Amino acid sequence: MEESHGHIHHMDPEVEYSSSKLGMWLFLGTEIMLFGGLFAAYAIFRAKYPEMFLESHQELNREMGAINTCILIFSSLTMAIAVTAIQKGKRKMAGLFILVTIICGLGFGVVKYFEYSAKFAHHIYPDTNIFFSLYFMMTGLHMIHVFIGLVVLGVIMVLTFKGKFNEKYSTPVEMGGLYWHLVDLIWIYLFPLLYLVG
Amino acid sequence: MANHTIATNVYVSFLDKKGFLSWFLTTDHKRIGILYLISISLFFLIAGTIALLMRFELLTPASDFVSPHTYNVLFTLHGSLMVFFFIVPGLAASFGNFLIPLMIGAPDVSFPKLNLASYWIYLLGTIIMLFALLQPADTGWTFYTPYSANTDADVILITLGVFVLGFSSILTGLNFIVTIHKMRAPGMTWHRLPLFIWASYATAILQLLATPVVGITLLLLIAERSLGVGFFDPAKGGDPVLFQNFFWFYSHPAVYIMIIPAMGVISEIIPVFSRKPIFGYKAIAYSSLGIAFISFLVWAHHMFTSGISEVAATIFSFLTFLVAIPTAIKVFNWIATLYKGSIELHSAMLYALGFIFLFTIGGLTGVFLGALAADIHLHDTYFIVAHMHYVMIGGTVMGFFGALHFWYPKWFGKMFNESVAKLAWFLIFVGFNVTFFPQFFLGVQGMPRRYATYPEEFQSLMSLSTYGSWILGLGILIMTVNLLKGLFSGEKAPQNPYGSLSLEWQVPSPPPLENFEEIPHVTDWSYGYGKKKEVDA
Repeated sequence: MEESHGHIHHMDPEVEYSSSKLGMWLFLGTEIMLFGGLFAAYAIFRAKYPEMFLESHQELNREMGAINTCILIFSSLTMAIAVTAIQKGKRKMAGLFILVTIICGLGFGVVKYFEYSAKFAHHIYPDTNIFFSLYFMMTGLHMIHVFIGLVVLGVIMVLTFKGKFNEKYSTPVEMGGLYWHLVDLIWIYLFPLLYLVG
Repeated sequence: MANHTIATNVYVSFLDKKGFLSWFLTTDHKRIGILYLISISLFFLIAGTIALLMRFELLTPASDFVSPHTYNVLFTLHGSLMVFFFIVPGLAASFGNFLIPLMIGAPDVSFPKLNLASYWIYLLGTIIMLFALLQPADTGWTFYTPYSANTDADVILITLGVFVLGFSSILTGLNFIVTIHKMRAPGMTWHRLPLFIWASYATAILQLLATPVVGITLLLLIAERSLGVGFFDPAKGGDPVLFQNFFWFYSHPAVYIMIIPAMGVISEIIPVFSRKPIFGYKAIAYSSLGIAFISFLVWAHHMFTSGISEVAATIFSFLTFLVAIPTAIKVFNWIATLYKGSIELHSAMLYALGFIFLFTIGGLTGVFLGALAADIHLHDTYFIVAHMHYVMIGGTVMGFFGALHFWYPKWFGKMFNESVAKLAWFLIFVGFNVTFFPQFFLGVQGMPRRYATYPEEFQSLMSLSTYGSWILGLGILIMTVNLLKGLFSGEKAPQNPYGSLSLEWQVPSPPPLENFEEIPHVTDWSYGYGKKKEVDA
């Protein structure tokens, strides 16, 4: 994969591709375990305090949550289109669809910003109760992942427009896509668990 | 294997390039292995010195050398440094890095840059840790809530340091799994892999699956302290036992992250110095995976006295006994390998034999602790301290020292003084037992762990333990000096001093930059001793 050793070992492109893919899937597995702790905490506390969850979740803005869910699902679609495009060698199309994906991600962040501000305006903070502790920790950790995803996709987009990828070599685009789908997937679980209680 | 006698050119090994940047920016797995080796060894010596200070305080019943608070800080530092900075990265990161590509016939790991990044992340974690020392935590290495959420000490920095280290661990494990899957030389089938590789593979799985959980746990603890989140705070409806569940969901598998690589080392050393094929290859290989699997199902045996339900306790107790099975499979197979072998008591072999002896004591006392009734009495006593040090020093550290002596000639191209190494082994073995065996009795008699003072009736055993720690410390000092001296004035090491059949011994010592001039074609496993014509038996 690397040549920076000062010594050369060319890795077979096929091996390199399948190595990156295996590595990425393993990494996504660790992400699931990371969020797994929070999901476990959610399950335990929801079983313990069903009324608190029912009552507190009404403070959340379902419409905004639903809009954000649509935005992220749509962004997964555009990302998938970008990956398919680069695999067919259509660089410009791939770059444009990555750009759309990034715009969706930014849009998600803007909506989330308004949501958080509204909570703070109502004096709802992470220490308000267990439900909001979970809400802020889960969506906050997810938001960090969205930001990381945006940076990664931004770099990949620039490289795509510069023509670094083509039908023969598109590994980074695919890996970025996998990561973005994970971010999307986690939100698809967060939305009903937090916004649609009861 | 390739012919390495190059007549016209001077041989260039991976060690020959000099300069700070050639190390700091290296992506060579052998050099990164050395960086880890230096780092973990330093932390081992520092944390070991702290242990000597603690034992010195315990020489007499009163707290006359350090204050009880300082003692709390000392055992917190000793535990955190030993666990997170030495023994978890330990063998896996140092010898794993050095050996995995060499043993499977690869030029490097799958992602060399990521490998270097893992080391830098480890360094970042250590820097954060050093800052944490300004206001050192006194929580013990387990950071149990509610105390860790309320103490004035700086818990955030030290847990942040551990959190950062977790990334290093995860990325190293990821790299190793992909490497073992994708970089094996032609003919290196799964059932021809050296057993150290199987052990590294099982370890890497644990690193990947368990580490994120401690990551989120420590993040939640940080949020508890900084944002007032209340998952672990009963006053806010949280549950301190939840912290323990989360913590041990990682930290029990982490125990096997610490020990499985050492088991892999023992499986390499024993056949070479018995000159016999390893007995029960597949049983040893799959038992590593078995241990890894069961290790995820036993965490609550650390919590039998924390108020978990009786049903849960019974199930976890039963599952805990199950761990003994794959572990014993390994021990029996090593002993069967020794049987009727032509045994050579090289210093590395002495450490391997020490491992079998001490780890068996550590493992069996673990079964005592897994039994519910016995654990109620023994929990949080010196029995625990003795048990875990028999497993961690008697097991992992013996394996680590064994690996150091075994692969030293290959890694550094030098020989150390074998007689001094044997003397050091003897002192370490005796000193270790004198230190920790009395602690089993102290524990049974009811002496709790983590106290700077104790009743006078325990003084004879406590002082004996302290004297033992001096012998142990002296042994480690002699060993360290001996190995360091070998680097500067040792004889040049031959390519294969023990007549090993494993791939790493078929390249010059120290290995060349590229490991192999040509990627080898493997036709057999590496344990065919006594059956093939050997180089020098």
